[in-house]
Amino acid sequence: MMTRAAIIVCWVMAIALALFLIAPLLVIAAASFSPTPVFDLPLTGASTRWYGKISRLDGFWPSLLLSLQIALFSTAISLVCGTLAAIAIARGKLPGAGIFATALVSPLMMPGLVLGIALLQGFRAIGFTAPWATLLVAHLVITLPYVARTMIAGLARFDFTLIEAARTLGCTYPGGVLRVMVPALAPSFLIAGLFSFLASFDNYPVSIFLADVRTKTLPIRMLQYIEEAPDPTLAALSTLILAGTVILLVVSDRVVGLHRMAGTSD
Amino acid sequence: MTEAALPAPVAAPAVDRERLAAIGFVLPSFVIIAGVFALPLVLLLGVSVVDANGLTFAHYKRLLGTPYYLGVIWNSLRLGLLTTLIAFLISYPAAFALARARGALRSVLLATLFLPLAASVIVKAFAWTILLRSDGIVNETLIALGIIEDPIRMIFTETALIVGAVNIFLPFMILPIYAIVAQLDPRYAEAAATLGASPVGTFFRVILPLTLPGIIAGVALVFSLSVSAYVVPTLLIGEKYPTLATTIAKAYLLAREPGFGAAAGVVLLAIAIAVVALSARLSREPK
Repeated sequence: MMTRAAIIVCWVMAIALALFLIAPLLVIAAASFSPTPVFDLPLTGASTRWYGKISRLDGFWPSLLLSLQIALFSTAISLVCGTLAAIAIARGKLPGAGIFATALVSPLMMPGLVLGIALLQGFRAIGFTAPWATLLVAHLVITLPYVARTMIAGLARFDFTLIEAARTLGCTYPGGVLRVMVPALAPSFLIAGLFSFLASFDNYPVSIFLADVRTKTLPIRMLQYIEEAPDPTLAALSTLILAGTVILLVVSDRVVGLHRMAGTSD
Repeated sequence: MTEAALPAPVAAPAVDRERLAAIGFVLPSFVIIAGVFALPLVLLLGVSVVDANGLTFAHYKRLLGTPYYLGVIWNSLRLGLLTTLIAFLISYPAAFALARARGALRSVLLATLFLPLAASVIVKAFAWTILLRSDGIVNETLIALGIIEDPIRMIFTETALIVGAVNIFLPFMILPIYAIVAQLDPRYAEAAATLGASPVGTFFRVILPLTLPGIIAGVALVFSLSVSAYVVPTLLIGEKYPTLATTIAKAYLLAREPGFGAAAGVVLLAIAIAVVALSARLSREPK
């Protein structure tokens, strides 16, 4: 077994890693309450005035709305398409299922920026230039791999003969799917939706090439604010986004358990 | 003859219908991946070898033939290699501790992994610009501890870049390693010890080979993410550390040189494909 020294090294590393990972999030939250326009840390007082200034950031509301719309629509479409594809792959009736599964998740390993310029060229070539629609279509490629990966992993553990068993016990086929398959796959579905929503909402490298002056997603706006004039208003905005993420994570943890996510992220 | 031909028409419709349904199920995803992913990448390859006069390799010659752009490629690779190496050295031992943790401690440790993973890259990079300022917390802590006397310049240095990149991509290293380590049967190590292996021998001949799939997955993921990172170098080091990613963005957003930007994109894509191919090959090797 492991020697005592090795075990101590492991624990020191794990605790250092936890502190290192959480540090930037704590700093952002602390800086958002800074009483002065510079990030005076440790805090000498506390002020919530920066939160009030968020809504006055140039172009904030349209960007937030755009990012939410794109993330919601692309996640919804990807959940439907990705789950159907994962079912076909898991049932084993599809010729070349392995290759297809690899192709579906392959955008995850490809540089986002390269996908961004490729889509810009491609959309231009066919005269498809409406920013909102191009962003939505582009974000399908960002969200679909997350759904496919999580649903393929989830379905690999699902026994399709359970549906047959339900039918033997008197269920109709749709009834069997609804009462056996849907509950069994709901956790994977929720995790897939959560991560694909976050991937779309946070995307910068693809969106930047498809946005125009009037259609900018929230990450594009935020990078612009940081480069122009970073002040605690941005920390306040970042803290609110973090708080939203924490709520999403806590709710999903309550529903499905965080440990499941570690298992599916291979 | 009639007998041999008989079973086929009877069995075929059911199989065909299932196969047809399967194809119908994957069709929407196939259309998305082929039309919005594969096809545009092929088109990009085309854009990279044409200019106003027709077919040309001038963009690649400029990219691979001038010392400045070779330096740019090296900057990208260096960022990827350093980030991957440091992330691995921290994650590997930590994954073993995480796998041993139970109860509330395990929940807290997992939360510290998932929360940053779910948090925006821009938010985290912005946090590091605050942390690493010359009057920031890192400098003040180092001064308070007596490690340095005067604030050192950290933001817009390579140190800031690597610290930020490791911080942002670390969860992608530890999660695949943790997934493997958590399933590791302790009896293998016990058996090795029983058979006379030293702790070091057990580690290198039993534990390391068994956890290799997790390492390969983590290394491939972190390298391909960090080699093409854009937000992190833009906010933490800026103009003086040009990478392939920042060069691509500049070519498209400022210089209006799509051909050259496409060529830089193809080089970055080639690096990513090489990493994926190598990791797939390595994880298929017999143990």
